[in-house]
Amino acid sequence: MHGRPRKDPKPEDAAASVAKAEKLRSLQSQFLSNHHKKIYTNEALEVSAKLLEVNPEYYTAWNFRKLAVEHRLSQSDSDPDSIKSIFSEELKVVESALKQNFKSYGAWHHRKWVLSKGHSSIDHEMRLLDRYQKLDPRNFHAWDYRRFVAALMNRSEVDELRYTTDMINSNFSNYSAWHNRSILLSNLLQRKVQGFFPKEVVLNEEYELVHQAIFTDPDDQSGWFYYLWLLDQTVKADAPLLVSSWPARDSNLIILEDQCLDDCALSPFNTFHSDSGTFPLIVYFNQAVEGVNSSTISVESVLNANSELTWKPLSTNNSPAAQVWVTYLNYPKVDVHSEAYPVEVSIGHSGGIISSSGFHYSHPSRFAFKVFARPVKTPIGHGGDIISWQDGNFALYETSPEEPNPTISLDQLNIKDDNEKTSSEWRAETIANEIALFQELLSEISCKIGKLTLARLLKARDLLLSPCANKMVYSEEVINLYSDLRTLDPPHSQFYKDEHSLTLLQQITSTRESLLRYCFLHGDGTSSFIGNSMCLRLNNLSLSRMGSIERLLWVQMLDLSHNELRSIEGLEAMQLLSCLNLSNNKLCGFTALGPLRLLKSLKVLDISCNQIGSHSIDTTRYLCSSPLCHTEEIDWGRDETVTGDVNLANYWEAFVIFRGLSLTQLDIVGNAVADEKLKSFLVKIVPTLKWLDGGELH
Amino acid sequence: MGELVTEKHVQYILSVEKRKDDFISVAMEYLRMNGAYWGLTTLDLLGKLDAVDVDEVVSWIMKCQHESGGFGGNIGHDPHILYTLSAVQVLALFDKLNVLDIENVTNYIAGLQNEDGSFSGDEWGEVDTRFSYIAICCLSILHHLNKINVEKAVSYIVSCKNLDGGFGCTPGGESHAGQIFCCVGALAITGSLHHIDKDLLGWWLCERQVKAGGLNGRPEKLPDVCYSWWVLSSLIMIDRVHWISKEKLVKFILDCQDTENGGISDRPDDAVDVYHTYFGVAGLSLLEYPGLKAIDPAYALPVDVINRIFFGR
Repeated sequence: MHGRPRKDPKPEDAAASVAKAEKLRSLQSQFLSNHHKKIYTNEALEVSAKLLEVNPEYYTAWNFRKLAVEHRLSQSDSDPDSIKSIFSEELKVVESALKQNFKSYGAWHHRKWVLSKGHSSIDHEMRLLDRYQKLDPRNFHAWDYRRFVAALMNRSEVDELRYTTDMINSNFSNYSAWHNRSILLSNLLQRKVQGFFPKEVVLNEEYELVHQAIFTDPDDQSGWFYYLWLLDQTVKADAPLLVSSWPARDSNLIILEDQCLDDCALSPFNTFHSDSGTFPLIVYFNQAVEGVNSSTISVESVLNANSELTWKPLSTNNSPAAQVWVTYLNYPKVDVHSEAYPVEVSIGHSGGIISSSGFHYSHPSRFAFKVFARPVKTPIGHGGDIISWQDGNFALYETSPEEPNPTISLDQLNIKDDNEKTSSEWRAETIANEIALFQELLSEISCKIGKLTLARLLKARDLLLSPCANKMVYSEEVINLYSDLRTLDPPHSQFYKDEHSLTLLQQITSTRESLLRYCFLHGDGTSSFIGNSMCLRLNNLSLSRMGSIERLLWVQMLDLSHNELRSIEGLEAMQLLSCLNLSNNKLCGFTALGPLRLLKSLKVLDISCNQIGSHSIDTTRYLCSSPLCHTEEIDWGRDETVTGDVNLANYWEAFVIFRGLSLTQLDIVGNAVADEKLKSFLVKIVPTLKWLDGGELH
Repeated sequence: MGELVTEKHVQYILSVEKRKDDFISVAMEYLRMNGAYWGLTTLDLLGKLDAVDVDEVVSWIMKCQHESGGFGGNIGHDPHILYTLSAVQVLALFDKLNVLDIENVTNYIAGLQNEDGSFSGDEWGEVDTRFSYIAICCLSILHHLNKINVEKAVSYIVSCKNLDGGFGCTPGGESHAGQIFCCVGALAITGSLHHIDKDLLGWWLCERQVKAGGLNGRPEKLPDVCYSWWVLSSLIMIDRVHWISKEKLVKFILDCQDTENGGISDRPDDAVDVYHTYFGVAGLSLLEYPGLKAIDPAYALPVDVINRIFFGR
């Protein structure tokens, strides 16, 4: 079915083909007859052998041969020689089948079946494999069979590693060899086998090896992914780490009994209001983890007993693992004297928090913050007034000199583990070496892998330095590299754009100064902007995806309008979010709004002017929790609000997303899906809704 | 850019269905059940499923079923999980799942799960993540996913995850787009996509697009239309399809058509077959080519068929 040239059949070919077909048909029907009648004579075996030689994919014939072997074994005496010869005959049949089709699953499996019976020479198999892999070093059946044989003969991983070295040295363009090497090496490193510990020496050698591949032919992909793995091993720790939290370490959180205040001395960055009588405590890890509960995280304060706290994973598909977890603490009593309530969070002191790849949270850490309750003097409540996102409603936030609490000191947000000094020196040195090498490569040829790798290396360098400096020194250069790559490699333009967005957001959130440029006070359009409605305005930045959310947990009002967002992956962590503007983006379906279902405080949502309803293919269909992926059921029958002439199969996405939200304001105009029928459906399933597309509901 | 010669492809598929006497058709008799799935799903995507006789197809399918509940590739051929899925998929296309003894079929599939969570293809024990996908897809369509140990099935698939973010046929197996589709599809259907590093796998997958616009199945291999399905559906399930050039891929697929006789081949100017015709049309559907029904990337069946199965009443 592959690689045959297209040609019109010539008449003489047609006749020959028909004759050939008749022969095969008769052979196949003879075979089936023997098989159904369970005839295992030498004649029958001959028929099956002939068939498999010509048509090795005829799987029933392989079954027949196994049945025939079992039959013959039961008939013969247990003479070892005759048993051996029965099996070696099978191996001959496999070899002749493989001559016809190197990649026949049935043939390879039959060989494994024979070998696993234990009557065949394993050395012979290794010699056979050498032959096959010389013919086609990328045949994954052969590599897979090699793993099988190596296990049978208990061949050491070190020996197999040496084999991959030989293969790579004879031809670096052998992705299969690099792949096998990565598996073997990562096992040896993880088990700290002698000669493979400490990992720094080993990784240095691997960098040398992979350099040859990349620098000899930069367009050959064979070493690219291996290099990325090496970089990962260099920069990242395996164990999960806590990256940020809200409230942040050493912060002073002020709970307001009403959402408005007229006390300008309070910074809007650390005040909080909600009607629920509780506030969230959010912990953000560097990777998805399970096992976060009141035994593995202890929260000491007078507000709650630790044992009564339930931790919830913020996962969009209802899985027990998540990068971000949340629990809720009670409001302190309102006190005229503004007493401070300290809260201390200890994490990792008892085991149990474990990453999806099986590594335990191993560095016990602590952080603390204080909570104050403030009474309100004269509430200037907006209450249920409509929120407008127009420019006139925003004023750039100016930090006042008397502000008691500086705005987010991002040092406070990063909770790092203590790296060993030598290890972090090696990291810095390795990254510096690699940067120098790739800069040299790029001075000779302008190649895609050179630029992309350099961008990754510069970002890694910033990441390593950032705990201290908190500045993104290289982000301009990185952004320029991504722009170059969009021109150099146009088919992958959107990949580089996504990387650009991530880098831009890292840059914006890296220092207080840069972040403040995007912080605005929101008011009702009158001259006064008294109020603590602080909005982070990230509109008109050509953002195609969100990032740096670990630094944005404090955000309550977010304007992402007029960007190019196709997804809001990660937004589920922004538990304080009450107002969100996603208008004029590229959201293609309701399922893309999956993360919003976890935002219990969300009241105001603008998704106008997107592309919901304009696409036949839904790219977030399986990333959103639904009956299609068995993470929840929809019980249409019992839900009384769902009535009328609505075809529920057409509205399931809207139902799944909106019925759990308690929105008061929704804008949906400018999406192909937003007709009157949908709008009245939404009004039914969101009973809290007061404003729809600017119109007040009654 | 060329266009999709829909009528020619319809005629090609109908002719293949009837053609039984040339060498290739005889040689491929053992996988006629797969061929039925490829041909009929393509017809449905092109809006022409009514060109075939439903009853004839259903009756032939049922003749391929064994006592064990499994289906063979053709009448008289041994049962195997590969053909069991194709049989169920074709019945789903025609909304004829009710002809099945559900207990029988689902018991056959559930019986193929091994201790470690993996699945064998049949009683002879070949293990491959393709079979994990097949079991999960099939049981899900039949609403009996609870007959297997889903947690173990998922953890076996995760054990086949490689350091490049992709998946192989068994633990340690090299990443290959076909295996990746099977693993991503199985994880999607079981709500387990959080096990995938979408950025890492997304980059590996998007780098399958070669300069000419086609997709290959793994690094340094030739592009092939069938990867337009396996790579593309995987990218769609993890929401990274925007990382390739859709326009260039559409052009590549259209260039693989035999515009005179119908059918699509693996590469331009190669011989056509039903397999590549299906993957080309399914790929175009995923790329939102106008005039085609939408196909579901995880179940590889039209979206309206899947919606009927999960949301119909």
